[in-house]
Amino acid sequence: MTSVPVHPSPLLAVENLTLAFGGVKALNGVSFTVQPGSITSVIGPNGAGKTSVFNTISGFYKPATGRLVFEGQDIGQLPPPRRAALGLARSFQNIALFRGMTVLDNIKLGRHCHLKTGPLSALFYSPAARREEEELRREVEEKIIDFLEIDHIRKAPVASLSYGLQKRVELARALAMRPKLLLLDEPVAGMNREETEDMARFILEVRREWGVTVLMVEHDMGMVMDLSDHVVVLNFGQVIASGLPHEVQGNPEVVKAYLGAGDVSVLRERFQRVAQQARKAA
Amino acid sequence: MDWWLLFEIGLAGIGSGGLYALTGLAFVMIYKATRVVNLAIGEMLMFSAYMLLAFTTGMGLPIWLAIPGALLVSAVFGMLVERTLIRPMLGESPISSFMVTVGLSSILVGLVELVWTADQQRLPEFLPTDAIRLGDAFISPKVFYGFWIAVLLIAAVLLLFRFWRGGVALRATASDQAAAYSMGINVPRVFSMAWMAAAVIAGVAGIVVGSIGGLSSVMGAFGLSVLVVVIFGGLDSVLGALVGGLIVGLVEALSGFYLGGEYKILATFSLLVLILMVRPYGLFGTHEIERL
Repeated sequence: MTSVPVHPSPLLAVENLTLAFGGVKALNGVSFTVQPGSITSVIGPNGAGKTSVFNTISGFYKPATGRLVFEGQDIGQLPPPRRAALGLARSFQNIALFRGMTVLDNIKLGRHCHLKTGPLSALFYSPAARREEEELRREVEEKIIDFLEIDHIRKAPVASLSYGLQKRVELARALAMRPKLLLLDEPVAGMNREETEDMARFILEVRREWGVTVLMVEHDMGMVMDLSDHVVVLNFGQVIASGLPHEVQGNPEVVKAYLGAGDVSVLRERFQRVAQQARKAA
Repeated sequence: MDWWLLFEIGLAGIGSGGLYALTGLAFVMIYKATRVVNLAIGEMLMFSAYMLLAFTTGMGLPIWLAIPGALLVSAVFGMLVERTLIRPMLGESPISSFMVTVGLSSILVGLVELVWTADQQRLPEFLPTDAIRLGDAFISPKVFYGFWIAVLLIAAVLLLFRFWRGGVALRATASDQAAAYSMGINVPRVFSMAWMAAAVIAGVAGIVVGSIGGLSSVMGAFGLSVLVVVIFGGLDSVLGALVGGLIVGLVEALSGFYLGGEYKILATFSLLVLILMVRPYGLFGTHEIERL
């Protein structure tokens, strides 16, 4: 089904994942791989299990069966902080910034897992702690803030920012973790067109300039089709299609999942027209 | 009106207010990190004071060894409480963990009465006993030194909150657990740490309170005033605990003197009712906190 050249060792391999809440199977034998350097998207109708996949990968849910292999290492049993230290970072569907802190503080917290200052040196603010702090500041300020164009709001408390900017700060915080794999849960949900375009640009640049592999869940089909190298379609907790964006789009199973069975020729036409426009724009 | 007398009473009020603030800080730390309303804070404070009694009068250790020892035991105790009583309640309704702490406080009172009986006990003197004079006002030396111990410890805790990695982790956890967890902050360890730190802070308060007023199985009632302090200041506000502590200390001292000791509690609780009518989340509390 897929025509993406399969890399001998994917960055992340999700193998036969099953997750149940009581009698409800949120995920049922889900398998897919994320190739290093790719932008992979997981799409599907509401309740298909997209966020469940994300939560399982970042360690919030324990799958009933299945394996998660990250860089050849089985991470299925590791708690979330260990996975973060290995290079998994994520953003959330509903913004999960630390409210009451400034933009800069939020971003700095992304580097938290790499700091070593102990309680005593922090209390007396020793030269070691100061040096570490200064190094951190430079790295954070120069690179991430410039890159994401949030210089003007660095001292602002996050609660005062617009939705689109908050999403951007969340991306900045995830980048500060220097991840190998960035999980983005609906990065442009609820954004206007301009904000969406900005975010799409940032995601592409994250990959190009930082070499970060991206796995995202997104509903904005135009964006998914524009950015993705590989698309995985979920429905009712199962993978119903995967492949290049245009392959997935033409897949009758996918069209059925989104639009329902029955006489859908009109809607299908519309769907394909939108997709074509998206391809042209790319 | 005797202004020196008023001044003296005010100083005594601020002195005990410092201890309220300190214990309030312990309470807020637990609430911020784990969202547990810990009604056993007064009994945890009592526990530490009795540990000191056990190490000094019981085992005859010198005071400079007994105090760190008692605080160490308190820290381990705080960790055990979190691990065995609080963590299994994760995901249950806030009322359930609240009730667990009510149970814990009865157990601690019972244990103390079993081991040391319900009679008053005295800690050996370890604070200087020379009376302190400010103009014509006298301050009890224990209250005076107790206050400064509280101030120093509060300052240290605030600095750690601000600059230490663990303190930052605690603030992040308080703000958004899921986000903190996914960013490499070990949230369960933050829970343990918060309970341990709170047990030690409450322990210091307990040792000072015990050395001022003696030990008994009802000294956990101190926690009742602390509850007023934190509801007054806002359950999740460090600043609220500090300001609330001083105000409640002052109100108790003034009402105790001018109205009589039996009106102390009445005065503070009336103040609490007033504040809650105007600001239901306390003076500095966040507006999203759970209602119990």
